[in-house]
Amino acid sequence: MRLSKLLAIVMVAILFGTLGAATGAQDMVEIEYWQYNFGARVDAMNMLIEQFEAENPGIKVVHNSDIPYADFRTELAASAPAGVGPDVVTLFYGWIPAFVDAGYLVPLPDDPFSEEFILETFSPMVANSKFEGSYWAIPTAVRSLALFWNKDIFADAGLDPESPPGTLDEMVEAAIATTQYDGDMKDVLSITRMGHAPALASQDHHWFREVLIRQYGGAPYSDDGRTVTYNSEEGCAAFSWLAAFETEHVTGSNDILDGATNAFVNGESALHIDGSFRVGTIARNNPDLNYGVTELPVGPNGERHTFGSYWTHGITRRANDDPARLEAAVKFLQFITTPEAGTLWVNNVGELPAQATAAADEMILADPILGAFSAGLAYSHATFFVDESAQRQVLIDAFDNIRLGGMDPCEALDEAAAAEQELIDAFWADR
Amino acid sequence: MISKRNSREKASPFRWTLAKKKIVWAYIFLAIPIVFFAYIRIYPTFFAFQMSLHDYNPMAVEQPFVGFENYEKVFTELSKKKSITKSAFQNTISYVVFGVPIQLCLALCIALMLNEIRFMSTLYRILFFLPFVTSTIAIAWVFRMLYQPRFGLFNVILQWLSLPQQPFLKRPEQALPSILALVIWQGMGFAVIIFLAGLKQIPRTYYEAAEVDGASRWHTFRYITFPLLNPSIVYLLVLQTISFLRMFAPVIAMTEQGSGGPLNSTTTVVLRVYREAFQSFNMGYASSMTVVLFAMILGVTIVQLSITSRRIN
Repeated sequence: MRLSKLLAIVMVAILFGTLGAATGAQDMVEIEYWQYNFGARVDAMNMLIEQFEAENPGIKVVHNSDIPYADFRTELAASAPAGVGPDVVTLFYGWIPAFVDAGYLVPLPDDPFSEEFILETFSPMVANSKFEGSYWAIPTAVRSLALFWNKDIFADAGLDPESPPGTLDEMVEAAIATTQYDGDMKDVLSITRMGHAPALASQDHHWFREVLIRQYGGAPYSDDGRTVTYNSEEGCAAFSWLAAFETEHVTGSNDILDGATNAFVNGESALHIDGSFRVGTIARNNPDLNYGVTELPVGPNGERHTFGSYWTHGITRRANDDPARLEAAVKFLQFITTPEAGTLWVNNVGELPAQATAAADEMILADPILGAFSAGLAYSHATFFVDESAQRQVLIDAFDNIRLGGMDPCEALDEAAAAEQELIDAFWADR
Repeated sequence: MISKRNSREKASPFRWTLAKKKIVWAYIFLAIPIVFFAYIRIYPTFFAFQMSLHDYNPMAVEQPFVGFENYEKVFTELSKKKSITKSAFQNTISYVVFGVPIQLCLALCIALMLNEIRFMSTLYRILFFLPFVTSTIAIAWVFRMLYQPRFGLFNVILQWLSLPQQPFLKRPEQALPSILALVIWQGMGFAVIIFLAGLKQIPRTYYEAAEVDGASRWHTFRYITFPLLNPSIVYLLVLQTISFLRMFAPVIAMTEQGSGGPLNSTTTVVLRVYREAFQSFNMGYASSMTVVLFAMILGVTIVQLSITSRRIN
């Protein structure tokens, strides 16, 4: 009796609650914003949304950030046929072509995102991602790769903890000097402290694609991005150099010590290639790590290159269906891509503002950690991916063929190039 | 009042007996799960068939019809010297061919032993059944740690025994057996319980008669236990084959970034379907692979049933 009474009260309360909410929301435009769950980004976006809603009292932004990275695209794909989902969505830049191909995104409106505005204001890698004559997304922040080194391990191995390797040769020397083994066996499973572990599954496939090949005098792709050209003599030399860390110098492997990234964060690896986003991971998981960040080493031809990438915000077909929501979405997009938003982002997430001026910002350049990433923006390249996961897997497999299957690096690279070309061709064949 | 009701009942052409009414109610109650089952299970199955005939991208507005193009792609991939799809089918067959017999043999041995003991037999049964009721993902992650180089328990034990360290999940030649070992162990408890139930069904008088005739233990097993266990064996063979053909969760949980690696040595058809559908958004191609897998499961099940379910006297 008492239970049913209670139930009745609860139901009435819910009924009135929803009615009240519905009447209150009538003159409000509600838009949904989705991103995957990454602590620092979620907090930063919550701050931006709060500011935006204060400035635009007629717009409410629902922030969905509960989806883990691994499920993010699955959730988007499942939400679309159900007729729900985001109005503004944050995607990895490399996924954009696939989402455009599906008709999921609509081009950014010329007002306020005209080509002149984007070219003038944003970092060159953003301007490069024009696809089929339109811009489809715009970022708050950009990242580049740099070299992390553990100062304590350097000192322990008798190296100067304040002078990180500046060239590829110096990097190999430092990696060899800092590796420690259990016993006399010099094999991967005996390593107790890594010098450098090549980890294609994390950032090293980018390092190879956009940096090492160029430093060996080659090019990863043709100028239009539709032909794989890394299976060249130069590409092979670069790939062999990278594989040698594990196969010849035996300075580390992604298979041991919980993987290359965790090993560096835990202080068990001396050198590591990663993006500025890793700074936050270290701050959270091992704040006492005594490390530095420097620009990626120069290559045999003396050139500097780095890989640039970004998470970028696009407007969906769903927003486009309703003029009021579209207007709100554009306003929101404009708000989260201002230099002020970029500054908030760099302070909370550690990613650099997407505006071109950030690369020359003295404050950021002088920062002992962010400076190296910021300097890299001037010479960064962003790969045009048609299917980022599959293209990454191709290089992971090529590398595994060398280190696990004993395949010749040139042969492995030829096989990878053929597989990747097939992916690229399949994408363009449908268009 | 009463006379009015009586007159209406007489006017009605149907006069349902109590038994009939009971049946009608049974159907009404059954209809609810049937509708649910049809909507949640059967409709999606047919929808998968439909998707396999389209260039189906869940995010797109239009899904163009492509006929059997997706199936053609499956068979071109399978006929290549080396392709991920081919590895997926090959590995899935390996999981079944090695997994099912090993699991059933081990389970039968354990069931025969458990059937003999009386002291603490319930405790042993619980111990063997526990892995089966534990979440596969949780177990897979624990095993992933146990298999770790250097610090994983298995390698620590090898070190104590002064045996060389093993890479387990990190090398293509060891990864599939490592995952298979976990799956066999986890599913064994279920098979043990089914076998035990089967063994309890065999009348003791047969064994007594065999003993009187002086039959050896092997002969007793070969001519009494094994044939009379046939229903349990058929049941488990079919069920376990299907479950091994559908292998997915342990592989995605135990391999680097759920890739089915290293070098696709552990990937399965279902994992391939998942990655094609939800990472590359080729839902049509993924659906055509599920239909091929469905045909495989159906074929294998029919063959198994027709061969093994003959009545034994």
